[in-house]
Amino acid sequence: MRRILKPLASLSGFYIDGFRNMSSWGRKVWIIIVIKLFLIFLILRIFFFQDFLKKRFGNDEERSKYVLDQLTNPTVTHD
Amino acid sequence: MIENVDPALIDWSRAQFALTAIYHWIFVPLTLGLSFIVAIMETIYVRTGNEEWKRITRFWMTLFGINFAIGIATGIILEFEFGTNWSNYSWFVGDIFGAPLAIEGILAFFLESTFIAVMFFGWNKVGKKFHLASSWLVAIGSNLSALWILVANAWMQNPVGMVFNPDTARNEMVNFWAVLFNPVAVDKFLHTVSSGYLLASLFVLGISSWFLLKKREEWLAKRSILIASVFGLFSSLMVAFTGDTSARTLSELQPVKFAAFEALNEGKQDAGLVAFGVLKNSEDNIGSRKLNEFVFRIEIPGFLSVMSGGDRNVFVPGIKDLINGNEERQILSVTEKMDRGRYAKKVLTDYKLAKSQNNKEQAEALMNIFGNRDFIDNYFRYFGYGFLRSPEDAIPNIPVAFYTFHLMVMLGFLFIAVFVVSLFLVLKGTLTKYRWFLWISVAMIPLAYIASESGWILAEMGRQPWIIQDLMPVSAAVSQISPGSVMTTFILFSVLFTALLAAEISIMTRQIKTGLKH
Repeated sequence: MRRILKPLASLSGFYIDGFRNMSSWGRKVWIIIVIKLFLIFLILRIFFFQDFLKKRFGNDEERSKYVLDQLTNPTVTHD
Repeated sequence: MIENVDPALIDWSRAQFALTAIYHWIFVPLTLGLSFIVAIMETIYVRTGNEEWKRITRFWMTLFGINFAIGIATGIILEFEFGTNWSNYSWFVGDIFGAPLAIEGILAFFLESTFIAVMFFGWNKVGKKFHLASSWLVAIGSNLSALWILVANAWMQNPVGMVFNPDTARNEMVNFWAVLFNPVAVDKFLHTVSSGYLLASLFVLGISSWFLLKKREEWLAKRSILIASVFGLFSSLMVAFTGDTSARTLSELQPVKFAAFEALNEGKQDAGLVAFGVLKNSEDNIGSRKLNEFVFRIEIPGFLSVMSGGDRNVFVPGIKDLINGNEERQILSVTEKMDRGRYAKKVLTDYKLAKSQNNKEQAEALMNIFGNRDFIDNYFRYFGYGFLRSPEDAIPNIPVAFYTFHLMVMLGFLFIAVFVVSLFLVLKGTLTKYRWFLWISVAMIPLAYIASESGWILAEMGRQPWIIQDLMPVSAAVSQISPGSVMTTFILFSVLFTALLAAEISIMTRQIKTGLKH
């Protein structure tokens, strides 16, 4: 057990130490990264960028049928 | 085009994708090139043991880190857009796009994110050689990430290594190696990464020149200029060479794009390359589409034929040959391709109908057609033409293709000249005497970005109307969503990306002004 825990502890120590002694520019870019990831994954992805086919259809068969309709019957009216 | 698709929806979806891709590409090329420059500098430090080289390495590594961090995940948004705005396309490409992007994700995660931590947190904590290896692995990892993205993009320009499954309406990869070694992918990867090295070299050259103008950090500046000039000269020659091979591939696989970027209306042998020219609308037209002609031009005789086929006698088809057809040169007209595409669509429609009516015999007969080599090579390959309304729909925006190509090439030659002069002056030890040249070097930074973005605008605008060359036009690829929602996210992205860019410039400028003090 100690054989596993020791390298894990030194690895986590490496990261903790790195973040603790980070320069001021490093802190700034990390703040930007966190804000950006929050906006991209928790705002844009959830509210604006849902997967069109996954949202509308329950399975791949329905998705295939829809896209086939799109490709073969271009005058069909879509809601 | 698809008759009921709102043109505003297509325009906004395209504008949004263009905006996202252009902003994303502001961050990527600097990462590709600066990672190697940093690794080269650190190699010199490890070999010489000179602490000054360590300080130089850490300075440029800081700028690399800022750019890398701000650029993280800006490419993810492009993948979101595929699923939301381009769902027909995303479904149609099947696993062809998924496989390279999945490999890219794994590589990016394991190589870049693991070793970048060692790069920044590992000074004085891990051995010098291990740290150096991490820097090289970050550089190699970021370039390998680019490879898979470019493989996916190249497939859109030249779809190979797949078969279409009419049951699922998806393309299925049957030959991974054909996708990976697609001639467009090879050219595109080499041309794109070398353009990234070139941009990063100009970035290093420009900032170092600014230090010399301010009479600061002279040791850093002169040595950085030496590295940037050597690396930049090598890269810019590689960009020119790979540009030449790309043009040859393009003339064969995307001849309309090739003719468009030279505004070549009539095909000819001994075709000249326009070195500089100004276009105007011509009286000549194809269908409802006005062609362009030159107000004036400076031409290099025979060079376009040489670029296309290595010989002045090679016939380069013009836009008219490619749209109206040329029997003598065995070039099919777009009208003929539209007929073939409509036939392929009809076979697919009939197959769908036979299946829905449970007519197994007819469905099987039609399914066999999809496996027939003649049908695949001579009909299904023109599937996308079945969506066009008129032959002139196959013509891209000629002035955009022409000006972006010529701007990119002219700047490319300017960059070669700048690297030759900077290398000569820095080796001679007289660089600081030529303040005008130092100012020119600073001005090269924005020009490098303009050239780099122009290349992508040419690649993507020049292949219109196709999202997948000959197989799917953009109008058939777009999702049936409200143009208003695409417009809203377009505005959101404009704000988000502009804020990110402003943050990058602000943090980077502060670090540059700080110099080696940090």
